[in-house]
Amino acid sequence: MTDLVIIGGGPAGMSAAIAAYESGIRDILILERDSRLGGILGQCIHNGFGLHRFGEELTGPEYAWRYEEKVRAMNIPFKLGTMVLDINENKVITATNEDDGIFQIEAKAIILAMGCRERSKGALNIAGTRPAGIYSAGTAQKFVNIEGYMPGKNVVILGSGDIGLIMARRMTLEGAKVHAVCELMPYSGGLARNIEQCLNDFGIPLKLSHTVVEIHGKERLEGVTIAKVDENRRPIAETREYIPCDTLLLSVGLIPENELSKSAGVALDRVTSGAIVDQDRQTNIEGVYACGNVLHVHDLVDYVSEEAEIAGKSAAAYIKGEKCDAVSVDIKTDGRIRYTVPQKITQDKDISVYFRVSDVFRNVTVAVYKNGEKVFSKKRPKVAPGEMESIKLSKNIFAGASELEFRLEQN
Amino acid sequence: MKRELTCIICPIGCSLEVKIDNGEVKSVKGNTCPRGKKYAETECIAPMRTVTTTMKCDDGSVVPVKTDSPIPKEKVFELMKIINNSVTHLPISVGDVIIENVFGCNIVATKNM
Repeated sequence: MTDLVIIGGGPAGMSAAIAAYESGIRDILILERDSRLGGILGQCIHNGFGLHRFGEELTGPEYAWRYEEKVRAMNIPFKLGTMVLDINENKVITATNEDDGIFQIEAKAIILAMGCRERSKGALNIAGTRPAGIYSAGTAQKFVNIEGYMPGKNVVILGSGDIGLIMARRMTLEGAKVHAVCELMPYSGGLARNIEQCLNDFGIPLKLSHTVVEIHGKERLEGVTIAKVDENRRPIAETREYIPCDTLLLSVGLIPENELSKSAGVALDRVTSGAIVDQDRQTNIEGVYACGNVLHVHDLVDYVSEEAEIAGKSAAAYIKGEKCDAVSVDIKTDGRIRYTVPQKITQDKDISVYFRVSDVFRNVTVAVYKNGEKVFSKKRPKVAPGEMESIKLSKNIFAGASELEFRLEQN
Repeated sequence: MKRELTCIICPIGCSLEVKIDNGEVKSVKGNTCPRGKKYAETECIAPMRTVTTTMKCDDGSVVPVKTDSPIPKEKVFELMKIINNSVTHLPISVGDVIIENVFGCNIVATKNM
């Protein structure tokens, strides 16, 4: 029996492990699928990580190393090249690697920190042929930054998520021509600073309300047809435009990787595609926690670390049998606020609630209602879907409630 | 003259409005911190960028590197040429200086390899 097993050795897994260690837990094991710790940060060689946490701008590998150094200094055990095959409802983990073959570990507590994966071409249903040269932005990032290969020379990017923007700059620096970044929505899902420093710096056009409607080329991609879309996101035929290119990168969203969570019986939220959790990031299964991008997709790794620390500390408290008085409060949202994490409150203590909005809104108030009465409000000049928001709630706000409703109100 | 900028210093990405007269920044509006003001001032006079990229290693792999301070924006592609024509020796640790004093900065490794 192991006290705490953490699935995933990326930023979430490492932060959770360190927090649990600092809370007095020593019997910890991190299981990591890759040949190194650090997760996706290893290929995110651009800077901008760690401003909240460390007050300085680090690159992805540097941010990961800060945590890996601690994991190593604390002698927290980890197994690399280890694929977890199954987690069952009794917290028995089945995993495999070259040295141990297939093995099982029973855990007192489990932290799910498997991260997310990119939405793929198949999910998009673009018409045309299926030639070589179409990659997810993250795959291209791995080729360029880890393997040292350029996937192509003339590039179109579909989707303006941060990875797409970052790759537009990266490919340009390495000598490729990025002809356009097309975004289906009338706004970008990426950070404003990335539009500025990754596109505007290099004169790369960002085509909002545009999508790729056709793919051309038999063996290798030869070009794409793009078109403007109307307010119902349907392509407008007269606006079709052919762009010759040998590479199409897709940056069209990330999906939490929850196959293992499902096998364990963890209940998932339909909006986040991650687990439904309480303030401790505990799932519906006692002693099973989730944090990082497997729980909901974050825009900043700093928040991943913060969230993972909550999960790590809470798992440690669970292992030691410490808890506050029980409460049962469900958090509901009005749709303009798309989701909150946590989705429920189970213990009587002060909490932070993170949330995302469904559209760009200006001059709004985030309001919290208890039994129809407004009990909390916070004004925001601007909120956007790409930027996670958070509020702190003291425990007296939800005292005696069975439900809190989060609403976004126009000022 | 007025210029509108998006601050790139942190993920907030404030919209800045800068008043410039005779090549001098007269006022900055829209910033939520002093770093935004400083960014607007340098961006309008002599824009600077931190460059992150990879460099070839002698075993055929690549190591991620960065400039340890921002360099003039117009030198970015020149710097890329210098880095892409260089090969570094392994092993290497985070923070090791690979190329010294180029456009006023050092090129340092950002990963242990």
